[in-house]
Amino acid sequence: MLTIKNLKVSVEGKEILKGIDLEVKAGEVHAIMGPNGSGKSTLAAALAGNENFEITEGEVEYMGQDLLELSPEDRAREGMFLGFQYPVEIPGVSMVNFLRTAINEKRKYRNEEPLSAGDFLKLMREKKNLVDVDSDLTSRSVNEGFSGGEKKKNEIFQMALLEPRLSILDETDSGLDIDALRIVANGVNKMKKPGNATIVITHYQRLLEYIVPDYVHVLYKGRIVKSGNSQLAVELEEKGYDWIKEKSGSEA
Amino acid sequence: MKTLTAATDTVNKYTSLFEENRDEIFFDSPDFLTKMRNESIREFQRMGFPHKKAEDYKYIHLQPFFNGGLTNRFSPRKLEFDVSEMFRCDIPALDTHILLVLNGFYYTENGQRLHETENGIIYGSLDEAIVKHPALVEKYLGKYADYRIDPFVALNTAYARDGVFVYVPEGQKPDKPLQIIHLLLSDDNEMVQHRNLFVTGKNSELDVIICDHTLSSHLFLTNSISEAVVGENARFDLVRIQNEHNQSVQITNSWMEQAAGSNAKHRNITLHGGQVRNNLNVKLKGENASCDAYGLFLSDKHQHVDNFTIIEHQVPNCVSNQHFKGVLDDFASGAFTGKIHVHPDAQKTVAYQSNNNILLTRDARIRSKPQLEIYADDVKCSHGATVGQIDESAMFYLQTRGIPRQEARLMLMYAFADDVISTINEVALRERIEQLVSKRLRGELSRCDNCVISCYD
Repeated sequence: MLTIKNLKVSVEGKEILKGIDLEVKAGEVHAIMGPNGSGKSTLAAALAGNENFEITEGEVEYMGQDLLELSPEDRAREGMFLGFQYPVEIPGVSMVNFLRTAINEKRKYRNEEPLSAGDFLKLMREKKNLVDVDSDLTSRSVNEGFSGGEKKKNEIFQMALLEPRLSILDETDSGLDIDALRIVANGVNKMKKPGNATIVITHYQRLLEYIVPDYVHVLYKGRIVKSGNSQLAVELEEKGYDWIKEKSGSEA
Repeated sequence: MKTLTAATDTVNKYTSLFEENRDEIFFDSPDFLTKMRNESIREFQRMGFPHKKAEDYKYIHLQPFFNGGLTNRFSPRKLEFDVSEMFRCDIPALDTHILLVLNGFYYTENGQRLHETENGIIYGSLDEAIVKHPALVEKYLGKYADYRIDPFVALNTAYARDGVFVYVPEGQKPDKPLQIIHLLLSDDNEMVQHRNLFVTGKNSELDVIICDHTLSSHLFLTNSISEAVVGENARFDLVRIQNEHNQSVQITNSWMEQAAGSNAKHRNITLHGGQVRNNLNVKLKGENASCDAYGLFLSDKHQHVDNFTIIEHQVPNCVSNQHFKGVLDDFASGAFTGKIHVHPDAQKTVAYQSNNNILLTRDARIRSKPQLEIYADDVKCSHGATVGQIDESAMFYLQTRGIPRQEARLMLMYAFADDVISTINEVALRERIEQLVSKRLRGELSRCDNCVISCYD
């Protein structure tokens, strides 16, 4: 589904990712872990098409297409979803208007008729139940005045509505209490389908107790320095990142 | 010195024009009005025309427009157009009393120029009210819009013959909002001056909607006044929608005086217009009065919109709130000047002001100037001005949900404008304005939307 080859990304002239290789197949869950500043969020933003992140080298193939040629909106309409670490507050844009526009843009892209108001409300209700979102959230402006937990739940709710093929969740667990974490993780697990894939970016192993990854990659100083199965996450939790740092330091 | 000479020429032009047309301008004027007109033209002469460097009119150069080949008419004339055929107000769910003012003169097809209800509410032609209720009009006309301090007010006071008069006695409220539609329709370039007077008694309520439209493509220069006196504990709500074509020049002068415990809301939504200057002057004269003044303008091409406000806190315990927003595209320019004047005795004043602007191009310009003059020591005043572009992080967020950039941009501009629109209580009107604003932002509203003939842009 997604093949990343030697991806190098700079922000304001500074190289953050120094050659990433990653292959994600349908049905897989990948976790990307790593200490602060290792480039995890940069990878997510670059894949979603944020223009502030300059791709200096490498290739990314997504669903048989050159991902880097697509605009952010086309990436989304091709089924990619980025769950933001810091969801943006947009005062004045109502959740309902935002979600309906997003869904209908996706439908338009697939040459489908826009959803009727009734069908849209029905779909919202259904997905709200799925991810356990308070109905109050949808009567407000996008993320405006939402608590940290509400913002993250709202990301999962949008993910449920848009039914992406590839979800990239950027530190969705940060700032969540244990109940909210469970809700978020359950939402992700319920949406898991054989044809879909998920990349979970996280600093801690905690989320991975709920979303069990097939692969765990450790990102350090812009490179993937170690890959393994879910056991690697447990090991990291026990030993911290220092042994990875030392190890990659001695190799370099 | 050239600008000063030009300004003097303009003053001379309008002074002579006044003298030459005395008979028509003074037609039927009662003594108080004759006296006021004479005084006003003298004051206009004394103040002179605001030249390029005049502080209050620094950002809009109106003088050249006054010297163009404009026709001034001092009596209504028969037009060979059927106004009702050409114009229909298309807010179907909006139930209002419609009052038409055509080229500055009250217009009616059934001959009834003044309505008087059983509970004493009077509304209709100002000219007619002067004849039928001279004592009542004399008490208020020209008492709020000060012709001694602003040349455009002086010019209007000298010349204006008609407009709308509304009187709501103590404790009363009209059964529906009053909708004043100012129509401009001519076969030549024309200068129009009209005047509205709103009087609301103690504990009364009044909702007014003013719509400014051009129906023909000629150059129009409008200099209008709306005076309002808001009685004790009265509520006055004014929404003005300016939708004139890009060849028009519009100067509006809103002067409000508020008694104790009253609340006034004043909204200006400028959708279209060539050169627009909106003056708002509010005097809070009774304790616990509050005023909310909001403005929204959307401009493109070479349009210029200049909002100028003065809020006078003359007594303690009053609240004023100002919020003006602008979206400027292409080469459009705009200005906001907001004066808050807190008099020495006006303790416990609360006065807020904010002005936010979005510039969509590098060529668009906005000047924002807050002016706070505070002579009391126990007050809460704040002001803030921002000039920015569309928020790129919000844009990216919307794009990652599959919303194309162009659509995301519209959503964000609309969201920006919504603060002002959402203050309109009347649902049908708010929805209509939402629709107009969203069309305007899409560039689909290139002329008066509810007019059958087409003006050029």
